[in-house]
Amino acid sequence: MNHPQTPETSEVPLAPGMRLPLSRRTRLSEEAVAEIRAVAAKYPDKLAGTLPALYIAQREFGFLSLAAMKEVAAALEVPEGHVYGVATFYTMFKKRPVGRFHLQVCTNVCCALNGAYELLRRAADKTGAAPGEGPTGDGMWSLEEVECLASCGSAPCLQVNEAVFDEFVDEARLEAILEACRRGDYSPWGE
Amino acid sequence: MAGIRTKPDPQRYSFEGFGSAKYPNFMLRGAGDLDNWTLEAYRDKWEGYQALGKALKLEPAAVTAEVKLSDLRGRGGAGFRTGLKWGFMPKDTPERKLTRYLVCNADEGEPGTFKDRAILEYNPHQLIEGMIIAAWAMQCKLGFIYVRGEFSWLLDKLEAAIQQARDAGYLGRDIQGTGWDFDLLTYRGAGAYICGEETALLNSLEGRRGEPRVKPPFPAQAGAFGQPSTVNNVETLAAVPVILRIGGAQYARIGLPGNTGTRIFCLSGQIKRPGLYELPLGLPLDFIMNDLAGGSSTGRKIKAVIPGGASAPLFDAKDFDCPMDFDTVKTRGSMAGSGGIIVMDEDTCIVNLILRLTRFYAEESCGQCTPCREGCNWMEMILNRIEHGQGRPDDLALLASLPPRINMRTLCALGDAACGPVESAMAKFRDEFEHHISHKECLCAVR
Repeated sequence: MNHPQTPETSEVPLAPGMRLPLSRRTRLSEEAVAEIRAVAAKYPDKLAGTLPALYIAQREFGFLSLAAMKEVAAALEVPEGHVYGVATFYTMFKKRPVGRFHLQVCTNVCCALNGAYELLRRAADKTGAAPGEGPTGDGMWSLEEVECLASCGSAPCLQVNEAVFDEFVDEARLEAILEACRRGDYSPWGE
Repeated sequence: MAGIRTKPDPQRYSFEGFGSAKYPNFMLRGAGDLDNWTLEAYRDKWEGYQALGKALKLEPAAVTAEVKLSDLRGRGGAGFRTGLKWGFMPKDTPERKLTRYLVCNADEGEPGTFKDRAILEYNPHQLIEGMIIAAWAMQCKLGFIYVRGEFSWLLDKLEAAIQQARDAGYLGRDIQGTGWDFDLLTYRGAGAYICGEETALLNSLEGRRGEPRVKPPFPAQAGAFGQPSTVNNVETLAAVPVILRIGGAQYARIGLPGNTGTRIFCLSGQIKRPGLYELPLGLPLDFIMNDLAGGSSTGRKIKAVIPGGASAPLFDAKDFDCPMDFDTVKTRGSMAGSGGIIVMDEDTCIVNLILRLTRFYAEESCGQCTPCREGCNWMEMILNRIEHGQGRPDDLALLASLPPRINMRTLCALGDAACGPVESAMAKFRDEFEHHISHKECLCAVR
């Protein structure tokens, strides 16, 4: 029987991690490891520490590189494959770098009905960041389209990094938020 | 990391007559007041933790009986009877002492729904009190509040509220001298809509991927960490102190028989006064939409309404008189779901809207079951084609062939939820789809 030739996909074997960007950092700090173990101990099973641990690693590394995932697995003493599976499942675990200010615009129906796509376009124009792409050249901004942020009645909404949240965002409001970021009023990603 | 609200909460929480005997206010008390979350405010202003004192004097089974008497139905989406659910929890036997868990589902991700956020932000103690009462009724050892990852900005406040309750002796060891121990932990999700499904939530809580489980075993047999567990929505648990305070029989008098109590309706979309409206169940949709929320924000006629969060099939104008309770909405072919009412005026392109919704489901499908993973993507691709003027004559038949192959063929309801909007839109607004295909442009643009 004659099989048709399967084309070679790439020279590099397709190990999943090979496609993830490398991080500058390769090790977790001792404090972070201690923090991860303390969090995991709160729950009935240490496996439950996986999500909190990945947040801690993301804070230290800026994003979750393969090295970060391996460090989390080592700190929790759970299989690396488990951590990889979890880290790649959830969208809030960033598998590639984001800007110092990561702007998230909900474009789901309620926001879309109230101008979310205009907000997204404005944010892209003002910052130079393309939605869903990496950070701008200076590393200052990144922009992402996200699903419902539970702000449907006060749409459109904008979340900056994890802690800053704003609603009814019009052009003036957007400019004010971006200006506050530039001034350093809000903490940058990971701090 | 302290959460920052960059300006005072602009959300609307009250309306004319709100808080009167006609429209009692149980869940949104003090909403909008940024200092309302503290234990002092809850105790001084809102009779906080009095229901707990009452409950702890009762036998656990009597507390469940009170909730059964109130006929409270789950506010998360399915409308399952809360007392019945609690009753599924296995009891200790002389041979075996069980470890039971209570889980609060605060993974509010249904597009069009933003009620749990208000409770977490302004009334966290009402939720905590409800959880302690529920845990007492089921004799749980530990409770978890699974909060969606995007709510990190209000997680600090919730943690602080839990600590206040702990310091005041409502949580911890030997609560109020009963000899019973109970504590609460929060758990932060990481951005997956599917984790709102209870077994996916349990997997996520255990630190795994949020993939729904095969049922049985149901959570009451083997839930969180393999132990008997009950998962309730934030609003459901926050209603528990109300029931204990006013009595189950009194609570059952609000709303309609079989659909009792108040629930928070979330009005969004093209509506004049969007926001949260706590109302007795059973008020007609057009009364809520037009009389309370002021009708459409654009001045144009309202064309369609999603009555229960994005997963609910669309209503068109002939169903606007539908009383908003679980059973009637269901008989009208939709579902009351999470209480999210999304309003669209006549200039809204239904094809575009359904495409955006379907993209959401295709994106959020966990990928475990083939019908949902592939089917949602297929629906998205076909709708994308139609929306962008590349629709083919047989696309509607192809699109219509997909929902029957997804519905009821998957582990959880996400696939079904994706089909509801598509099927109902095709049935009620078929002309828009056909126009998109035949004229390669939107019907709304030429009207």
